[in-house]
Amino acid sequence: MPAPTGLHVSDLRFAYSAEGFRVHVPQLDLASGKALALAGPSGAGKSTLLRLLTGLLTPTAGRVSLGAAQMDTMTHEARRAFRLQHIGLVFQDFALLDYLTVSENILLPHQFRGDVVTAARTKMLELTQRLHIDRYLDKRVSHLSQGERQRVAVARALVHEPQFVFADEPTASLDPARGRIVVDMLLEDARRRGACLVMVTHDPNLLPLFDQTVRMEDFATA
Amino acid sequence: MSAAFHLAACYVLRHRIQSALLAGALGLVFALPLCLRVLIEHAQQELRARAAATPQIVGTRGSALDLMMTALYFKRENLLPLPFGALTDLRYNHSAAAIPLHVRYQAQGAPIVGTELEYFPFRGLHLAAGKQMTRLGDCVVGAALAKQRGLQPGGHLFSTPEQAFDMAGVYPLKMRVTGILTSNGTPDDEALFVDLKTAWLIEGRSHGHDDLQKDQSVVLKKEEGNVVGNAAVRMFNEVTDANIASFHFHGDVSTYPISAVILLPQDAKAEALLAGQFARSKEQQLIRPRDEMDALLTQLVRLEGFAASALLLTATAALLVTALVFALSFRLRQREFATLEDVGVSRVSLISVKVLEVLIIGLAAAVIGLLLLKFSSLAAPYLLRWAL
Repeated sequence: MPAPTGLHVSDLRFAYSAEGFRVHVPQLDLASGKALALAGPSGAGKSTLLRLLTGLLTPTAGRVSLGAAQMDTMTHEARRAFRLQHIGLVFQDFALLDYLTVSENILLPHQFRGDVVTAARTKMLELTQRLHIDRYLDKRVSHLSQGERQRVAVARALVHEPQFVFADEPTASLDPARGRIVVDMLLEDARRRGACLVMVTHDPNLLPLFDQTVRMEDFATA
Repeated sequence: MSAAFHLAACYVLRHRIQSALLAGALGLVFALPLCLRVLIEHAQQELRARAAATPQIVGTRGSALDLMMTALYFKRENLLPLPFGALTDLRYNHSAAAIPLHVRYQAQGAPIVGTELEYFPFRGLHLAAGKQMTRLGDCVVGAALAKQRGLQPGGHLFSTPEQAFDMAGVYPLKMRVTGILTSNGTPDDEALFVDLKTAWLIEGRSHGHDDLQKDQSVVLKKEEGNVVGNAAVRMFNEVTDANIASFHFHGDVSTYPISAVILLPQDAKAEALLAGQFARSKEQQLIRPRDEMDALLTQLVRLEGFAASALLLTATAALLVTALVFALSFRLRQREFATLEDVGVSRVSLISVKVLEVLIIGLAAAVIGLLLLKFSSLAAPYLLRWAL
């Protein structure tokens, strides 16, 4: 029997507190090489769902499987290790370390995996060229514009070629043209490598580019 | 671990000023008690060595500490002078070699020590250049002083008057440098040595002037056996071959002042006998510098203990403040550590980053502390000389 691939969610429940914000996802499946857009108004729980899928939050009930990994039953440390190896994350606030250079930020996952090899550097160069930030490699990220920082965050999420890529509004700080470049790159990368891409977006124009779209209004219950 | 070290090193290096300040403050606080120890250790060694090399000192009754500091370190303490006749008495009535010292005047800050030639072999001083003082007005100069002032044999040095306006008419004496001494690493290196007669000449007990017999116009009055000149008489402020014959002493030389006498008893028995004899004297005192120095250093060690306690308290406070600084810094950087957690960095790696940052700062502080310690051990001799 082949090892399970893709992303599978069933009867996922989460609440910040007894009477607070709640999320319930009865079923969600995403095959390898496919892209899913999470759409919905602000405060609908898109980012919360993303954090549940990546193991940054622990669900109250239900199952989250990323490939063969059962995220809801894993320990915190095991989820961290899994994220480091198999997940690429683009945060809404970029989550870059200001005192590191662009290249140091991008290679951070490799650093902590202990495999900063030529291949990783080559991949970094390729990504930064495509994202037009290759001339900033030795510059500290604190000296970059918001748009440039966002592209650094995207490069960091893809450099270790993860099986799962989760992006929380990666085009929010970019002009439409550059935003489109970033989305195209994320989609192309996921499809080429057979990775799953889950992206939170507000932009309805981007939704047709994805294989699946999920509207948070269907899940979230206040 | 290498990733954690890389991250910690990047943080420290890219916040250089903040890190350097923290490491510097830590290094300074922790090095201070050690530097104090080094300085006191050095002071104790040097002070004890000088004291131990000087068996006994005789001076007028008064402060034993002042007498010791005058005889060993040429300090101009307020000592009552000892008559020169006491030296003769010591030499003939006691079984000890005696070296007189006259310490009162300076030559631009350097002490002028009036003594006899026996002083030099006693202190292990030899001539590095030139020859010994042979004539009134000659001097030999300590190694450090010669180097500092660029003095060579054949050069000259002026004595400094005690007061800017000396009504007694004691003029600065232009002394001829005849020799430069080897260094013995003691205050001798920074002094200049003259014969006792030259010291008295500086003091005004001896003088040289124009011959009153040749020029009657400068004679104020004639008394039996004495001719008194008026203010027009030219006084010599330098002894030369041409005028040396005109220098003469007035009064009884045995009453001339000296500051102290270094006694070199033949053996322990002689030393004990001398101590007993002077214990009964009302005018004079005999001290054993070793005992006086031990008493002084005991006080110093007590002071050190007090200072060390204060510094230890400061170091504890600094340690707590440093811990607080790190705790606050880590708290302010909570978002950064959360990011690393989100990326998947393990808890162990995160702790390693924090520990390594503290260690790097600690290591830098240790290096700064060691440098300070090295500096203090190098500077200790100079600081001691300066303090004395």
